[in-house]
Amino acid sequence: MGRQRFSPEVLASEITPPEVWRERRRVIQTGVAALAAAALPGPAGAGHGGRRLAFRPAPAAFRTDEPPTPFKHVAGYNNFYEFGTDKYSPAERAAGLRTEPWSVTVEGECEKPGAYTLEDILRPHPLEERIYRLRCVEGWSMVIPWVGFPLAGLLKRFAPTSRAKYVEFTTLYDPEQMPGQRRRVLDWPYVEGLRMDEAMHPLTLLAVGLYGEVLPNQNGAPLRLVVPWKYGFKSIKSIVRIRFTERQPLTSWMKASPREYGFYANVNPTVDHPRWSQARERRIGEFFKRKTLMFNGYAEQVAHLYRGMDLRRYF
Amino acid sequence: MRGVNRFVWIRLAVWLACLAPLLWLAWGLARDRLGANPIEVFTRSTGEWALRLLLVTLAVTPLRRLTGWRWPQRLRRLLGLYAFFYATVHLASYLWLDQFFAWAEIGRDILKRPFITAGMSAWLLLLPLALTSTRGMMRRLGGRWKRLHRLVHVAAALAVLHFFWLVKLDVRPPLVYALLLGLLLLARVRWRPVAVGRQHDS
Repeated sequence: MGRQRFSPEVLASEITPPEVWRERRRVIQTGVAALAAAALPGPAGAGHGGRRLAFRPAPAAFRTDEPPTPFKHVAGYNNFYEFGTDKYSPAERAAGLRTEPWSVTVEGECEKPGAYTLEDILRPHPLEERIYRLRCVEGWSMVIPWVGFPLAGLLKRFAPTSRAKYVEFTTLYDPEQMPGQRRRVLDWPYVEGLRMDEAMHPLTLLAVGLYGEVLPNQNGAPLRLVVPWKYGFKSIKSIVRIRFTERQPLTSWMKASPREYGFYANVNPTVDHPRWSQARERRIGEFFKRKTLMFNGYAEQVAHLYRGMDLRRYF
Repeated sequence: MRGVNRFVWIRLAVWLACLAPLLWLAWGLARDRLGANPIEVFTRSTGEWALRLLLVTLAVTPLRRLTGWRWPQRLRRLLGLYAFFYATVHLASYLWLDQFFAWAEIGRDILKRPFITAGMSAWLLLLPLALTSTRGMMRRLGGRWKRLHRLVHVAAALAVLHFFWLVKLDVRPPLVYALLLGLLLLARVRWRPVAVGRQHDS
C-alpha cells in the first residue's frame, strides 16, 4: 500500500525525508517552552518529567471544574492489559514501548486510506487541554487533564464514504514490547469501536498528552482515544489502525465476555454489570464512594445520540 | 512446665503474626502507602487474609495426621477466630466504605449479585462457629459441636467462589485458592477411612 500524505498543497508523491520529519516531530512533541508557558496555567503547572506540549485551554464546556486526580495516580494506576492485568504493571513495564517512529493505518470505507505517520496525523490539529471525568467499568473514577484534539477533525480528513457507519480502532500488537500480550487474557490485538455519530461528537478526543506533557507510555502513548461518557475500556490506547466499516465492529471485551460487555458501554448507573452494581464509584483520592452520573455527567451533550434506544439492551 | 512455657510463646507469636496484616494495612492507610485506591486494597486484602487464615485453619487436621504433631491443634481456635475477624473487617469495610450503610441497596446487592450472595453466606456460616468456639459451648453442644463446625468447609468453598465471581478476567489468583482448598478437603476424604480402620482416630 502506498504511503499517502495529507496536506492538499503537497503532491502525493512527495515524501518527507526522515531527518525532516524527525525534526518536525521534535518540534511538535517538545512544544515550544514559551508557548506552553504562555498557555493558561491549568493543572498542568508543575512538570512531571515528560516533554512539554504547546496547547490552549479548551472552552469551558470541555473542562470540568472538579479537582484533577494527582498525576502520580493518573500515570501510576492503569488498566492496560498489554502490560499485565495488575494496575501497577503498566507503569512498571511500559517504558520499553517505542512510540517513534509511529504510524497509523487508515482503511475501509473512506476515500483516503493509507499509512500515515504520527506527524501526518497531528500536523493540522491545534492541541487543547480538556479536563474530563473518566469512569472505569470496575467502579473507580478519575478527573484527567488531557491534551489532544477532537477526533471528528481527523476523521473528516480521510473522507469517509456514506457506507461508513462505524469506526474501528486497533492497538499495537507486539508481544516483544508489550509483555502482557504473551498471555492470551484477551484476543489480541485490542479492538474498540464507535458508531460514526459518537466518533464525530465534539466531546470525543484523540489525546497525545496529559498534565501538559506527552502521554506517558502507560497511558496509551503516543495516540489514544478518550470518550468521556463511556466506560474507560472504550478509550483505546496506542492506536495503530483506524478502519471505517459498515458493520458494527466486534470489540475485544465483547469477544471476551459478550454477556458482560456490550458495544456501547455508556456509563449508566441504572444498568448494572451482570456481576456488580454500577450505581456508585470511588473517585481516586476519596474515602467514600459517590453516585455515578448518567453518561458520566455528560448526559446533556450526548443523551440525544441514544434517543429511542433501550439502554438495557444496548449496554 | 518448660513445654507449657514454650507453647505460650508459640501462641503469642501466632497471635501477633495473625494481627500483622491488619497493622500493616492500617499503617499503609495512615501513611498513604497503599497506592491510588487504598480502600479497595484494604477491602481486598482483608478478604484475602480471611480466606488464607481459613485455609490455614483447615490445614491443622491434615497436618496433625501427616506429622503426628499435636500442638498445631491447640492453635486451631485462634486461627479460626482470626479468619472470622478478617472476614468481619472485610464485610464492615464493604458495608461502611463501599455502601455507607445504605441497607436497601445492600439488601438488593446481596440478593442480586451471586458473588456478594456467596460472600455474605460464607460470613453467616462462620458466625455461629465463632459464637460456639468457647470451651463452655463445646461442652454444652457435645457431639453436635463437631457436626456444626463442619460448616467451615462450606464457608471456605463459598469464600473461594466469592473471589472467583468477582474477578474481571484474570482468574489465576482465585484458582490458586480453589486448588489449595481442594487439596485440603481431599486430604480429609483420604484420611477418614484410615482412621476408621484403626477404630479410633487418636
